[in-house]
Amino acid sequence: MAPLLEIRNLTVVFDTPAGTVHAVNDVSYTIEEGETLGIVGESGSGKSVHALSMVGLIARPPGRIVSGEVYFKGRDLLKLSQRELLDLRGKEIGFVFQDPMTSLNPVLTVERQIAEPLRRHFNLSKNQARERVVELLELVGIPNARERIGQYPHEFSGGMRQRVMIAIGISCNPKLLIADEATTALDVTVQAQILDLVRDLKKKFGTTVIWITHDMGVVAGLADTIQVMYGGRIMERGPVDTVFEDPRSAYTWGLLKSLPHGGKRGTTRLYQIPGNPPNLINEPIGDPFAPRNAFATERCLRETPPLQQVEGSVPGHKAAVWYDLREKLKKQEAKV
Amino acid sequence: MSVERTMTPPQKPLVIANRLCKTFGGGRSLLGPSAPALKAVNDVSFEIFPGETLGLVGESGSGKSTTGRVLLQLEEPTSGDIIFKGQNLTGLSKSLLKPHRRDMQIIFQDPYSSLNPRMTVGEFVAEPLIVHGVATNKSERNDRVAALFRKVGLDPSFMTRYPHEFSGGQRQRVCIARGIALDPAFIVADEPITALDVSIQAQIVNLFQDLQDELGLTYLFIAHDLSMIRYLCHRVAVMLRGRIVEIGPCEAIFENPQHPYTQALLSAIPIPDPKIERNRRPIAFDVNANPIPEAATLRTVGEGHLALVY
Repeated sequence: MAPLLEIRNLTVVFDTPAGTVHAVNDVSYTIEEGETLGIVGESGSGKSVHALSMVGLIARPPGRIVSGEVYFKGRDLLKLSQRELLDLRGKEIGFVFQDPMTSLNPVLTVERQIAEPLRRHFNLSKNQARERVVELLELVGIPNARERIGQYPHEFSGGMRQRVMIAIGISCNPKLLIADEATTALDVTVQAQILDLVRDLKKKFGTTVIWITHDMGVVAGLADTIQVMYGGRIMERGPVDTVFEDPRSAYTWGLLKSLPHGGKRGTTRLYQIPGNPPNLINEPIGDPFAPRNAFATERCLRETPPLQQVEGSVPGHKAAVWYDLREKLKKQEAKV
Repeated sequence: MSVERTMTPPQKPLVIANRLCKTFGGGRSLLGPSAPALKAVNDVSFEIFPGETLGLVGESGSGKSTTGRVLLQLEEPTSGDIIFKGQNLTGLSKSLLKPHRRDMQIIFQDPYSSLNPRMTVGEFVAEPLIVHGVATNKSERNDRVAALFRKVGLDPSFMTRYPHEFSGGQRQRVCIARGIALDPAFIVADEPITALDVSIQAQIVNLFQDLQDELGLTYLFIAHDLSMIRYLCHRVAVMLRGRIVEIGPCEAIFENPQHPYTQALLSAIPIPDPKIERNRRPIAFDVNANPIPEAATLRTVGEGHLALVY
């Protein structure tokens, strides 16, 4: 079966007064129907920009898609007209953005904002749309939904607002739901509820999900596949269990190792990745993580490693490395 | 550096918060009735000992930041006392408070908005020295700032640069350098790693610990990342709707939480391990359905471990 989404060699830059920012560099991957892909990365990793560019949501200029194809159900999204994209967004591909404070319109009622995609895509009447809005708010766990639909965003708490965002994202039962740091601004208890809700949705509707976050814990609980991005590139990708147990990119390894893992005070010092995130204004040469990587080889600085199947690991476990992390770690252990 | 961080308990607290309250709003307004008063901090009491790190956790709006600000007298408490080094700070005039200010500092969450974009980072770190008349001679001041830069892991040659040239982690180092410039005894760190990239968080956490070992600092560490709290703190206080619902040694809180909200909070921490995470069932706690009775009080439930029981 063909994958639901296939991205080929996507490269996105931003032309700024300070120079060209290389935000996404030659990113390719596929996602199968019903799969949950967790994308992990820090700011500047390209995780958000690549997702926004797929559906024409970056401002152009300053953004520029240099190359690439994005096939969704067989159609190249990058070749669609604005009109075709409007028909697709919200209906086939739902989005949940990070910040519910700025993503909701403060002067429109919650009902109006959730009903907007419904009325546009399904030509529902006002009353029909209202029924669906109530249904959606109940689904995302907002109590007294019928009484609350006439309220404005400021009358909702942060967690409730994020639920409204999710209701908008899933309102048209999209095939693909893209959530960009959807729970980052929320308290952990609310986050747990939202993640439960997403699991329920997947069970009920078989929704395919791309969950973008910087939280390894969230990916561990939600995703089938994890994809680690850094400096606009995919560093590693594979089934969650495999990647968490046996990471092959020094960046993934370092990220996992720098977490406290239930560690108590005074036990050990946290492992820290040295250095600072890359400046994307520089022309990307070599492995973007190489300058911060103690295991980097001469070749890592010069030549960009392709994302390749990890030898001896499960199918689909891929890493972009010139070094063998397992060997490097063995050597390091032997030294200590 | 020393890894052993055991505490010797019988000493005098450095900071005492005694029945602190902070209410916002509630006054009568010219344009009709105003919103009811919000008790952001409601009858909060705790002590922090020299060299100790007290973690303060809770949901957004629980009053943890306000508690930190009131403690430093950045906001005046509505009622209650703050006793710092044995002296009651509440009600002191600005000029009487000033000598104490250099002894207590704050580090904010967002190193992007807390730096002045028009000041070089060197000037920014030197500012408290000038305000408090510490190093009046310019070359002496420069030396002090350079030493501070080295202490927080920044190259002193960066002193003449502006904030926009720095990454988030470097900016937070600049803020920390300013925070320790006057050799304070007490620092309130308000979510100091939340806005930083994941690969940078461990660097800053380690820096906080190194500075504590080296300078004997006392911290109030406000955070919502509970795994970091466990790693960093001696004791933890959990806040909910302006009240402390539980306080005690880190181990007691994490291993044996007593208040249902603490239990819910701990059960909700995502664990970076797919096998554990798939089977984790968070405990739910609905604050609205279970409001805290005004009369509820903290009771001892273990050694140094108190919880609100009702």
